[in-house]
Amino acid sequence: MQGEPLLKIENLVKHFNVRLGAFGERGATVHALDDVNFEIIEGETLSLVGESGCGKSTTGFTILNLHQATSGKVIYKGENIATFDDKAMRPLRRDLQIVFQDPYSTLNPRMTIGEAVGEPILFHKLCTKAELPERINRLLTDVGLPPRFAGRYPHELSGGQRQRVAIARALACEPKFIVCDEAISALDVSIQAQIINLLLDLQEKYGLTYLFIAHDLAVVRHISDRVGVMYLGRLAELATREQLFANPLHPYTKALLSAVPEADPVLEKTRHRQVLQGDVPSPLNPPTGCRFHTRCPIAQEVCAQTIPEWRQIEPGHMVACHLVPGGLHA
Amino acid sequence: MNAMTMPAPERLLDVKGLSIEIDTRRGPATIVDGINLHVNKGETLGIVGESGCGKSLTMLSLMRLLPNKIKVKSGTANFAGRDLLTMSKSELRKVRGGQVGFVFQDPMTSLNPVMRIGDQICEPLIYHKNMKRSDARIRATELLRLVGIPSPAERLDAFPHELSGGMRQRVMIAIGLACDPELLIADEPTTALDVTIQAQIVDLVKELRVKLGMSVVWITHDLALIAGLVDRVAVLYAGTVVEDAPVEELFARPSHPYTRGLLASIPKLSDVAANRLSSIGGTPPEPGRRPQGCPFAPRCQLAEDICRQSVPPLEPLGGSGPHRVACFVAQRQLEAA
Repeated sequence: MQGEPLLKIENLVKHFNVRLGAFGERGATVHALDDVNFEIIEGETLSLVGESGCGKSTTGFTILNLHQATSGKVIYKGENIATFDDKAMRPLRRDLQIVFQDPYSTLNPRMTIGEAVGEPILFHKLCTKAELPERINRLLTDVGLPPRFAGRYPHELSGGQRQRVAIARALACEPKFIVCDEAISALDVSIQAQIINLLLDLQEKYGLTYLFIAHDLAVVRHISDRVGVMYLGRLAELATREQLFANPLHPYTKALLSAVPEADPVLEKTRHRQVLQGDVPSPLNPPTGCRFHTRCPIAQEVCAQTIPEWRQIEPGHMVACHLVPGGLHA
Repeated sequence: MNAMTMPAPERLLDVKGLSIEIDTRRGPATIVDGINLHVNKGETLGIVGESGCGKSLTMLSLMRLLPNKIKVKSGTANFAGRDLLTMSKSELRKVRGGQVGFVFQDPMTSLNPVMRIGDQICEPLIYHKNMKRSDARIRATELLRLVGIPSPAERLDAFPHELSGGMRQRVMIAIGLACDPELLIADEPTTALDVTIQAQIVDLVKELRVKLGMSVVWITHDLALIAGLVDRVAVLYAGTVVEDAPVEELFARPSHPYTRGLLASIPKLSDVAANRLSSIGGTPPEPGRRPQGCPFAPRCQLAEDICRQSVPPLEPLGGSGPHRVACFVAQRQLEAA
C-alpha cells in the first residue's frame, strides 16, 4: 500500500499501575503495550488482531490520547500528540474519532438520537443552529437510518441500529480517521455484515482511514488493506492482507489462523489444526525474551533470552521472530 | 448415506410442539412457537440462531430452569421414555446433572465464587452417585485431567477467581461430565473465549464424545464453529425451527432463505477476499412480536402472499429424507426442478 502516512506510531509504550491484594497493598505494572511501531497510511484500513488482553484496544485508545502514553510518540500532522493535554487535543478530536464495541452503553439513554448526533457538530461549531436538523438528517441517511429516528431514544432501537447511530456520531464532525474498537463484535451475524458494508461505503464516500480492532480473522481478511497481529502487548507481525493470509511468518499468526473454524464441514474434517496449548500469560509479569516463547511450538533457547527485533522480511512485511529466516535492511 | 436401508436411530431426546410464553404488560407473548427437535443416541446436534431466537430458552425449559415470567405453554419433551416437562421435582433432580449435563455460557457467573472448584465438581458425584467424599475427590481429579487442566490434584483447592476464563470453562465442562451423562447440553460454551482456547475446548468435546459415547446438543450463533463439530444442525429463527439437516447437507444445499443468507454473510478464510459482504436486510422480529405467517417473510426476498398469511410447516425436502425445511418457496422450487 503506497501513500502518505496519516499517523506514525513510534516506540509506543503504555503501562498501567495497579494495586493488588485484598487491601491494595501491593503495587504492580500491567505491560499493556510495549515498544509498538507502525504507520497508518491515509485512506487505508489497518486491522489489529489478537486475543483478549493483547493490547489491541489499548493501542487504539493510546493513539487517540484517551490513555496517556507512558512513552513513545504518536505523530499526527508533524506533531507528537501523545504529549498533548486535553485542551490541546480538543481541536484534533474533530479529525480523530472512535466507534466503541457495545452499542448499548455508548449512547446516553436520556438523549434523543438527534441530540446525540448533533452534539459534536455544535461542540465544534460546524454549522449554525438553524442548519443543524438538516445536517442530522443527512448523517442519519448516510448510515442508513430514516431521518424520523432523530426524535427517538436509544432504548427504542435494536443493537444494529444503535451501532449505526454511534457511527453517525463519529462521522458528525467530518473526521479523517476512525478507530473501530470491536465495533461489530457484539452484533449478530446477519447484522454484522450490514455494518461492515456500511463502514466500507462510508470509507469510499468520505475517504476515511480506519484502524479496525477485531478478533474475528475472517472479517478482518475481508475488509483490511493491512493487518497487524498482536500478542501480549507487542506486535508479532504486520503485513498486507495478501501477505499475511497467504504467507504468515510468525508462529503465533500461524496458530491463530489455524484455530479459526471454517464454515465448511467437508474441509473441517480433513483440515489439520495446530492447537496452541495453555493460556496467554499474565501481562503483569510477561515472559522474558519473545513473549510468545512459553506457548510457541518451535521455541528455542534464544527466544527465552532476547527480545526479537522488529524487522522487515519483504517489502511491507514486518515480523518479530528470531526463527524467521532472511530479512531486508531498509 | 442411504437413509432407506439404515435402521431408524434411537431417539434419546424428543421434543414435540414446545411453545414458551413470556408475561408482558400487554399480556402473554409467544417466544418459542411449537418447536420439534430430537437428538439421537450418540449424535451431536447443533442449534444455531441469532440472539433472541429462543435457542437458549428452549434448552433451559427442558431442565425447567426458565426465569419467573417465562413459562412453557404446551409441548412434550421425552427423554429416555419420560416427559421432562411433567415429571415430579424429585425425578427431575435425578436427571439434572445426572443423566443430563449442562454447560452454561458464562463460567464467571455460573460457578460459585466462594466454593473451591473441587467441591463444586464433587457435589453432583456425592448427590447422584452416592460417592464418599474421598472417592469423589479422586474422580474429580480424573475429570480435571480429562478436560486438560495441568496438575489437577492441586487445582481442586483453587477458587474460580484463581483460574483463567478457559480454565473455568473446562471446570464447567468437568462438572457437566461428572456423572457420565447420556446427554450434554452446551449453551454457547466458547463464546466468551479466544479462538485458540475455543479450538482447545472444541477438540476436547469431540474427543470426549467418542470416548464416552454421549449425545451432545451444542447451542451457538456461530455457523463456522459447528461445521466441523456436529452431525446435524437445526436452524432457529424467531422461535421456530426453519431448517433441520445433516451438517454436510446443510452447508452444501442450504434451502431456507434465512440459512442461505446466514451462510452468505459469514466471510470465510478460504474465499477469495471480496470487499463487500452479502447481508440480510432488516432485523429479526423482537421476541414476542412475531409477524403473522412465516416469521422470516418481512426480511425474505422470495416472500409471496402465502408466506405472509400462513406459517410454513417443517417438512422433509422433496417429501422424504432427513433434510427438513419450513419454507413454501423452497419446497415448491424443488418440486418444479
